[in-house]
Amino acid sequence: MPAITVRVNGLEVTKEVGARTLLSTFIREQLKLTGTHVGCDTSQCGACVVTLDGKTVKSCAVFAWEADGADIGTIEGLADGDKMHPMQEAFREHHGLQCGFCTPGMVMTAVSLVENNPDIDEDGIRHGLEGNICRCTGYQNIIDAVKTGAKAMRG
Amino acid sequence: MYDFGIKNPTSIDDVKAALGDAEDGQFLAGGQTLIPVLKQRLAMPSDLISLSRVDGLSGITAGGDSISIKAMTRHAEVAANADIKSAIPALAKLAGGIGDPHVRNRGTIGGSVANNDPAADYPAAVLGLGATVITNEREIDADNFFTGMFDTALNEGELITEISFPIPEAVGYIKFPNPATRYALVGVMVAKFGNTVRVAVTGAGPCVFRVPEMEQALTASFSPDSIKDGLVPADDLNNDIHASREYRAHLIGVIARRAVAEANG
Repeated sequence: MPAITVRVNGLEVTKEVGARTLLSTFIREQLKLTGTHVGCDTSQCGACVVTLDGKTVKSCAVFAWEADGADIGTIEGLADGDKMHPMQEAFREHHGLQCGFCTPGMVMTAVSLVENNPDIDEDGIRHGLEGNICRCTGYQNIIDAVKTGAKAMRG
Repeated sequence: MYDFGIKNPTSIDDVKAALGDAEDGQFLAGGQTLIPVLKQRLAMPSDLISLSRVDGLSGITAGGDSISIKAMTRHAEVAANADIKSAIPALAKLAGGIGDPHVRNRGTIGGSVANNDPAADYPAAVLGLGATVITNEREIDADNFFTGMFDTALNEGELITEISFPIPEAVGYIKFPNPATRYALVGVMVAKFGNTVRVAVTGAGPCVFRVPEMEQALTASFSPDSIKDGLVPADDLNNDIHASREYRAHLIGVIARRAVAEANG
């Protein structure tokens, strides 16, 4: 089994992984960071979105060994101690979730959308969330949350 | 998925050696198709030969009359590239409409073209623009590259290294996406080079194809009105849960007219 070294939320870690170990499995089962959810496991739903060298990816569609040497960001890395990230706070404020299963992927995607385009408009948000499926909310409160989160991130 | 070995070559020569060492090796590019396929046990390679760490397989180079995109260039990079946006805007738009943002951060042009999915976007760009597919063995014209459903002119073990797109005078790409998958139900690329017009259709048939009748009509007059209905017979088109072949045949005309309108600005 290959050993990989990655930085996860700023901390370096070295682990042995199997050839078939998906990045999502590595994060959840070997690193015990269970905030990253596996919804469909068929790379459609986006619940497993993390950042890989700063870019959002579906971690169920990447092998762990492909990430060797990379920087990985998960939902656990967003908050500053007890202080939630502005995007997390916006999701709370607007109730941008019901069951919450899709939320980690939604928030990771939303943060990336705003980082890449601080002035993102509603159309951009809707298109940017195409890879993230929510079966509860009908999306409206998620869109409202991302708008508020974007505003807060702009400061 | 079935178990497999891993090879991480760093040069094209190493890729060939890795493939030679493997009993039944398979290239892994962005993995956005292959990894789901492996999960479904629809493929059983002995080894995955990852192309991610091969030197010189990624990047975009703009020349005077063409733009070259290396095989491992991600869709998001093509969508955001300033040279492509200005010289072949429909190509940037096409790349920006594949899958979703996460897929576009991983998926590669080489992987998509080599896979030749009947509903993928890139084959329409390669055929519609008359691009040249460059491999570690030779150069292949787009017209000779796509040979059938999930089939190409690539030999066993032949690796796409880059694709060179000629810069057209005018170009448009419109996709009618399946609302769930974002794959093309019908996608049409129209490109004009002087007195030559190329029209390529993806999603509608078992393999991307050109429409000579539309090309002739557009050569005479490059206007949406030149495209009459019924130029593509429904007989050989895809017929599935998403759309009937008759619906797809109708869509081709509608979408082609929109693509010409986009090309005309």
